[in-house]
Amino acid sequence: MKFNFKKIKSDFPILNQKINGNPLIYFDNAATTHKPNSVIKKITEYYTKINSNVHRGAHTLSYLATKEMESVRKEVKNFINAKTEKEIIFTSGTTESINLVASCFEKIIKKGEEIIISEMEHHSNIVPWQLISNNKKFKIKYLKINIKGELEIKNLKKLITKKTKIIALSHVSNTLGTINNIEKIISIAKKNKIPVLVDGAQAPGHIKINVQKLDCDFYCFSGHKMLGPTGVGVLYGKQKWLEKLSPYKGGGEMIKNVSLEKVSFAEPPHKFEAGTPNICGIIALKEAIKYINKIKIEEINKYEKKLLVYAYDKLSKIKEIKFVGTSKNKAPIISFTVEKCHHYDIGQMLDNFGIAVRTGHHCTQPIMQSMNINGTIRISFSLYNNKQEINFFYKKIKEIIKMLK
Amino acid sequence: MNNIEKIQTNIINEFNMFNDWKEKYEYLIELGKELKKLPREKKKEENLIEGCQSNVWLAAEYNNGVVNFFADSDAIITKGLVSLLLRIFSGQRPLDILNANYNFIDTIGFKKHLSINRANGLESMLNEIKKYAVIFNKNI
Repeated sequence: MKFNFKKIKSDFPILNQKINGNPLIYFDNAATTHKPNSVIKKITEYYTKINSNVHRGAHTLSYLATKEMESVRKEVKNFINAKTEKEIIFTSGTTESINLVASCFEKIIKKGEEIIISEMEHHSNIVPWQLISNNKKFKIKYLKINIKGELEIKNLKKLITKKTKIIALSHVSNTLGTINNIEKIISIAKKNKIPVLVDGAQAPGHIKINVQKLDCDFYCFSGHKMLGPTGVGVLYGKQKWLEKLSPYKGGGEMIKNVSLEKVSFAEPPHKFEAGTPNICGIIALKEAIKYINKIKIEEINKYEKKLLVYAYDKLSKIKEIKFVGTSKNKAPIISFTVEKCHHYDIGQMLDNFGIAVRTGHHCTQPIMQSMNINGTIRISFSLYNNKQEINFFYKKIKEIIKMLK
Repeated sequence: MNNIEKIQTNIINEFNMFNDWKEKYEYLIELGKELKKLPREKKKEENLIEGCQSNVWLAAEYNNGVVNFFADSDAIITKGLVSLLLRIFSGQRPLDILNANYNFIDTIGFKKHLSINRANGLESMLNEIKKYAVIFNKNI
């Protein structure tokens, strides 16, 4: 299918409205994307036709819900090219996926051992590790970033020791947009027999994910950043790991047998899915994946890259703007500061013009410290944005800078 | 009508003169720029109210039965609103401050800056103003 912008935009009903008197321009896609009609329709359909609990009912609706939900595992497996559906665990989002792995690793990591993350991580790939490191007294080492906002991969070898238990890094920086060379990082880790967790929150839906080719041990992502509903996410884990790790939460659905004395666990992935999952969200996630597949990830990627280059060219003309994160290899995310203007003011003024952006530290305070700034304005694109919107943004931000200075 | 209410009415009348949001913001930004600089000794950690996006500094002194407030912000829109709050609350008696409302922010169309949870420190600043009033009121 050819990339048909008009058709795509019309698939997202939320975009067809005015905010503060202006047509909504939504440039906050790295925070969450909007949902196409097919996803919204599926949510309604689920609750109007098949709502019931999965895996345990003796009735038709439960069978239907279970069948639909389990079919999503296959869809996700194909989407990221996992080896088997057993490697797909449904979570509430990237944050829970990372917390799940961190909690499981708490039992493996011993006092005095080490893990490696980076300075560019989102707080959700820092704090879970800090929480368990406080308990277990192991050390967290940080891979540094350079002035362009790229990981200093050459330093990785120096950070790795025999005590390194896991490396956890983001695929794409939510603040800087940098697409990290995780292939290289993983190959270094593999040579040292260290497992790698990839925080993929910002990648799926924008770039093609192939976990087998990457050879990562864990890959975490959220549905809501790739046109799916909120409250649903995925943890991909290599089967050997999922078999080895003990579950981190207990409850229904994750057990084989429970007596008052002991419990035996179900096989992965159910071992890690205690409690009633977000059935509706999971089922609707399938529609998001189908939507992306229909347009083709390569087409989306090509289109978003064009927008990124166009926006960079345009904004470079404004002398007050200083870009934060200038790597050549980037997702459609642009972060910048404006000379003598506070990011809060810019964000609020843009909102008055109907333009949605994110401002602040974007839950990445270590980046802010490393770059010696207190926040940025971040614009991030999706397949339903276009050059006209960038032109309007350009015009308005110039006007705003003039007002604020 | 007490003093605080009078000032609020004046502010509402001032903002009513503007035709659109842009003029209102231009005026607010102007107020922010004109706000008297916070003396250096008052711009210290203990007076800092950290917001998720922008920060506010607030200090208070109690003299001759009234509370004088001094404040600043790193963002200009926040600073404009800070300036309005100082105009209303600074120089008032603690009891009047405690009894006052600040509906005017809503009336003049800036409510979103208060309801953005934790974003700019303004909501906490209002709480701090009231807290100071409670403390000074007890000391009377």
